[in-house]
Amino acid sequence: MKKLLLGDFAVARGAWEAGVSVASAYPGTPSTEITEELARYDDVYSEWSPNEKVALEVGIGASIRGARAIVSMKHVGLNVACDPLFTASYTGVNGGLVIAVADDPSVFSSQNEQDTRLTAVSAKVPVLEPSDSAEAKDFTKLAFELSEKYDTPIILRVTTRVAHSQSLVELCDRVQAEVKPYERNISKYVMMPANARVKHVVVEERTKKLSEDSNSFAINRIEEGGKDLGIICAGGVYQYVKEALPDASVLKLGMVYPLPFDLIAKFAKSVKRCIVAEELAPHLETMIKAAGISVEGKNIFPLCGEFSANLIRSCVLGEKRETVPANIPARPPVLCAGCPHRGVFYVLSKLKLNVLGDIGCYTLGAVPPLGSMDAVVCMGASIGMTIGFDKADPEAHKHSVAVIGDSTFIHSGITGLIDAVYNKAKITVLILDNRTTGMTGHQNHPATGKTIKNEPTYELNLEEVCRAVGVQRVRTVDPNNLSALEAAVKEELGRDEVSVIIAKRPCALLTKRLYSGFRITEKCKKCKACLKLGCPAIVNGKDGITIDVSLCTECGLCQNVCKFGAIEGEVK
Amino acid sequence: MDILIVGVGGQGTLLASRVLGKYALDNGFDVKLSEVHGMAQRGGSVMTYVRIGQKIASPIIDEGCADFILAFEKLEALRYAHYLKADGEILYSTQEIMPMPVVTGAAEYPQGIEEKLRGTGVDALALALKAGNAKAANSVMLGALCKKLGFDRAKFEEALLASIPQKTIEMNKTAFELGYAAV
Repeated sequence: MKKLLLGDFAVARGAWEAGVSVASAYPGTPSTEITEELARYDDVYSEWSPNEKVALEVGIGASIRGARAIVSMKHVGLNVACDPLFTASYTGVNGGLVIAVADDPSVFSSQNEQDTRLTAVSAKVPVLEPSDSAEAKDFTKLAFELSEKYDTPIILRVTTRVAHSQSLVELCDRVQAEVKPYERNISKYVMMPANARVKHVVVEERTKKLSEDSNSFAINRIEEGGKDLGIICAGGVYQYVKEALPDASVLKLGMVYPLPFDLIAKFAKSVKRCIVAEELAPHLETMIKAAGISVEGKNIFPLCGEFSANLIRSCVLGEKRETVPANIPARPPVLCAGCPHRGVFYVLSKLKLNVLGDIGCYTLGAVPPLGSMDAVVCMGASIGMTIGFDKADPEAHKHSVAVIGDSTFIHSGITGLIDAVYNKAKITVLILDNRTTGMTGHQNHPATGKTIKNEPTYELNLEEVCRAVGVQRVRTVDPNNLSALEAAVKEELGRDEVSVIIAKRPCALLTKRLYSGFRITEKCKKCKACLKLGCPAIVNGKDGITIDVSLCTECGLCQNVCKFGAIEGEVK
Repeated sequence: MDILIVGVGGQGTLLASRVLGKYALDNGFDVKLSEVHGMAQRGGSVMTYVRIGQKIASPIIDEGCADFILAFEKLEALRYAHYLKADGEILYSTQEIMPMPVVTGAAEYPQGIEEKLRGTGVDALALALKAGNAKAANSVMLGALCKKLGFDRAKFEEALLASIPQKTIEMNKTAFELGYAAV
């Protein structure tokens, strides 16, 4: 049966068909749906792990014990998981181990545009790269086979366009999931110097053998066309090439590390002009040139952003298609109507504080009119950076705070907090506890008390965690109670110790609603104080300031800031 | 046929693309859809690509290449109008949603948008409210789209109803009907 499937769902389906037993992940766009989908299968154990490092360690353990395991994350998540990754490359596997990593060319929803293939080369882990949903499923299955055959973890790299596009997939049955027998094998799995030295040699031989064998892999294939132009490509870029250059010869690489150099040399020789088309880093190009094969690449293609058929036509053929976009106001993403983070940033903006931020919906606190953010780097960085502010500036503790979400705090904020207490930092941390992992679309985490399958489990108490690491001043406030929140922040700022304020209120999207009864009455003096909240439900249009009843969640924050009592409605 | 669906994050562009995808698949075509999730979904400008044909390679539609644009908001219709082919057409909702730079006073919502658009406007919000809920606006637009593109109404409606929650079926049927009659 053929079905229209999202690339991520196809990866999940492939893993299921391959008999995967264990799936672990930390949510991250555009990889989240892989594990969400796997959680729907009763015959697969799945989990949201606290972070990608733990997720990969769970996968490694399952693999050593003999199960097929898949671990999913976004590109920056792989940074967090690099420590286990680099050594899992040495230990190899027992049950197949596949790491699905989603890159984000054009940075649709990330903090950078890094290229996972480069990380894979450093870790000496082979990489398969599908170009649509059908391949996403097939390559995932193949990845398990290769993992076991070559005794290595395999990275399945997708990009946003493959992960979040839907195309047709032929569904198959699941092979029987067998957990292989396990025997202790110290020289294989205990990576201490004497064993690691030996294993490094094995890894280098493995890479060499895979490179040689891949010359005859079916997923590395030549599609013969005209001899004037030959394109070497992989993944989503292959589709743009087929669209833009239907007559060119194409070498489509299904495995982008290690490379089939004999096949590449043969292909390059067969065409007059040979070009490597790849998004982001010149990964293929550099390796191919290092092997002494002459190709073009980044001399004509950009290093940044995703490609398209038009871009290929323009770079290869010099064809320019002029289109003129209208010069109109931008529409940047904003905090949703009723978002519990809005009150926090309203107060921080009012107090003109330095805000060291973190990764999540609340990164949007940087956007006008709230505009309260000084730096955002990576998951969990807010707390460490605030410690840095404190250590660099004796006055910083009077005017700076860390802001971090509940899920992000568990991911990698707790260690920062331990550092703060241990090294006597004077910082104030706001944990924005919206009871979910918001930006990625509402995944459970340890403090929601629910597993990935919505089963009840131990609910991590954030206040207790903070106290346990030695924070004496911990309190919880409702961020929509602006005066209480402002008083709390003022009270904690400038102290000679660590303070934590938990701003707790569920994500507005978690509660279903129809219409709001809120409206702006004739008492309105048009002072525009409510517009400073940056709430998308408060509209400043032709008819003056009004409330969009289809967006308003009746959170009442606007009533809080209106001095004239001009906003009518009952807070829900 | 290459259809671009644009709007404001949260307006239901994903649902519309999935309905189109299902309809195309049910009619034996190859189809590719491409969507944007995450940060871009938070009230920002969003677009979804729908490509239908015998064999589709790229899942995205380039500027100047769309046969048709379905726009859930007027300003967004104008933002992506340059994606149309020379003979392409836009079906747009006349609803105005103020982007944050307009709300804060940093910019003005452009006037005279409709004169610049080559296509048909539908007051989807009013029709959705008539059907029972502002959220049915995307069913109104799909009804109008179905007629504009000459799709098989029964099959297209079936694809829509298969993609929405059971309890909203009656309302969405009404909304679809109102949209179908509006163009």
